[in-house]
Amino acid sequence: MAETVVELRSVTKRYGRQIVLEGVDLAIRRGEFLTLLGPSGCGKTTILRLIAGFEAPTAGEVWLEGVDVTALPPNSRQVNTVFQSYALFPHLSVFDNVAFGPRLAGDRGAALERKVRETLATVQLEDYAERRPSQLSGGQQQRVAIARAIVNHPSVLLLDEPLSALDYKLRKAMQIELKQLQRRLGITFVFVTHDQEEALSMSDRIVVLDAGRIQQIGSPRSIYETPANLFVAGFVGEINLLPALVQEVADAGLDITIEGHRMRLPQATAIKTVPRAGEAVYVGVRPEDLRIWRDVEVTDALRPSLFPAVIDEVIYKGSTVDLQVRLPASGTRLSTTQFFNEDDPAITELDFAAGERVYVSWVPGWEVVLPHG
Amino acid sequence: MGDRPAKARGEARASDGNGPREQAGGFRRVAIGTTWVWLLVFALVPNLLVVAVSLLERGEHEFVHLVLSTDSYVRLLDPLYAGVFWSSFRLAAIATLVCLLIAYPFALALARAPLRWRPALLALVVIPFWTSSLVRTYALVILIKTEGLLNAVLLGAGFVDEPLEILYTELAVLIGFVYTELPFMVLPLYAAMEKLDWRLVEAARDLGAGAWSVLWRVLVPLTLPGIIAGAMLVFLPALGMFYVADVLGGAKELLIGNLIRDQFLSARDWPFGAAASVVVTLLMAALIGVYALSQRRLDAKGAP
Repeated sequence: MAETVVELRSVTKRYGRQIVLEGVDLAIRRGEFLTLLGPSGCGKTTILRLIAGFEAPTAGEVWLEGVDVTALPPNSRQVNTVFQSYALFPHLSVFDNVAFGPRLAGDRGAALERKVRETLATVQLEDYAERRPSQLSGGQQQRVAIARAIVNHPSVLLLDEPLSALDYKLRKAMQIELKQLQRRLGITFVFVTHDQEEALSMSDRIVVLDAGRIQQIGSPRSIYETPANLFVAGFVGEINLLPALVQEVADAGLDITIEGHRMRLPQATAIKTVPRAGEAVYVGVRPEDLRIWRDVEVTDALRPSLFPAVIDEVIYKGSTVDLQVRLPASGTRLSTTQFFNEDDPAITELDFAAGERVYVSWVPGWEVVLPHG
Repeated sequence: MGDRPAKARGEARASDGNGPREQAGGFRRVAIGTTWVWLLVFALVPNLLVVAVSLLERGEHEFVHLVLSTDSYVRLLDPLYAGVFWSSFRLAAIATLVCLLIAYPFALALARAPLRWRPALLALVVIPFWTSSLVRTYALVILIKTEGLLNAVLLGAGFVDEPLEILYTELAVLIGFVYTELPFMVLPLYAAMEKLDWRLVEAARDLGAGAWSVLWRVLVPLTLPGIIAGAMLVFLPALGMFYVADVLGGAKELLIGNLIRDQFLSARDWPFGAAASVVVTLLMAALIGVYALSQRRLDAKGAP
């Protein structure tokens, strides 16, 4: 188990009657890239502000480097923040912005100069030292904000939706750059975002939050592949939820009825809490895990294990073709993603048409069984 | 202050877009024309008259003798008058500083107060304007005179053994200046602070700044335009407020304002009073010029 840098111990935060966080326990490991992910108002930014010291918890404790810092003001914490709006000092040059922290710490003269220049080089802004923030582009301002924070070698770097103001391409580039920077510096990053794609691609671990509570903590892969509940399943990535009824719980797997079919889900099926026989559950399948069969491909032996469906919509996405299909028996709508497959002549062209009758299936074991929320 | 012309231009352009073009143009001509005529008749012409009078000789029977002379200006070089100028500038400067020290935390509290409280708090700043400042100055006399309210309270509470002699001292004049001018310092400071991005204060705290560092490294530099505007609004009028020195300072404090007033009303030496006026006006203009210049230099450096 890696060393813990920051720890929240049963932290609750209330504004008047409004509960922002409730009973949050979180241990952040040294050197990891941790992402707080959730919709707006879920409390993710509040967690950041609690660690930075801008807010005090209503109940609970914040520990930093093994010390209870709950009562310490922000300027006494070895933590730095990259603000969503960057919050660069408009009256100071880029150099002076970055030198702000070191000067307060007592750095002067050549040592200060070297420290600031080195950090500016780290974010590739060495030629912009004399400019004012207002003379920089959004991406450059972002780098100054990062430089201003990392120059202080904080125990933890807090990033509050730092990429949300950038356009798509720049955001993608900065994601990679931030990740590389984090690896190179070895600083613990706590990154707040509402963008699940960003969270999946950058993090070592993701904390999914909703309504002030932690819903799940895990690696991007475990969050995506084995979501703990309906909220996580729906928030992280797209998922098709099929209502199902548990018939029998056996060692070998789960017997369920789904859309009038009786199916056996193998043990590999991701289940956080094992349902009881007779319980109504959802079976969740990711769009890319659904396979579409054309009528010509289906043999009579195969037919009973497939779900008949009708294509509603065909959406060409370049590398994939997304199909919206409907199960005529129940009216359930599913979205699927089909990849171009050179080896499969039947779907090489993926020239599906709306209204076409097809069949849907997935590999048993790739689904998740989720109890009703 | 520096952006005022640009703003006025913007508004004029906005009014162009409204309604029929011709009508807007007509209104514009009337509005700007009225302002020009007003400034011409009530500012430029009187000032030119003052300049003209300052270059004439004093008359025995009429107010001025129509003979060109620089005597009045030469007389101003007398150390006696230099002393009057010096003590006036000193008192105005101290009043400005005291106003700044009181108004800065006040404006800060105002800008940080909950939004629904702010109109009420601002009203408290402005309400004293509803009473004539002369009346308020006389009210101050009642407060600070030897057997006044302040001394009654201090004696009653046992803070002092004998009444404080404040009235008719320099301190009384200073109190009068500060009291009268305080709102002129508070309002520009509040305007500057209200525009301030408070996340910058958070950023400074995050980077390790304590309260003093936040004040000196972030708040003061970012509210500097408000500080300078407030200082001008306090300092310049403080040079001319003769009635405060009259009422609260008795006859002891001779300030420029009083000197000029006396030349016109009691000494009947119009040229000399006019010369003193011209010098004060030039000094004020020089101050404003220095301020404008520093602003322009700041803008050129790429400040926000």
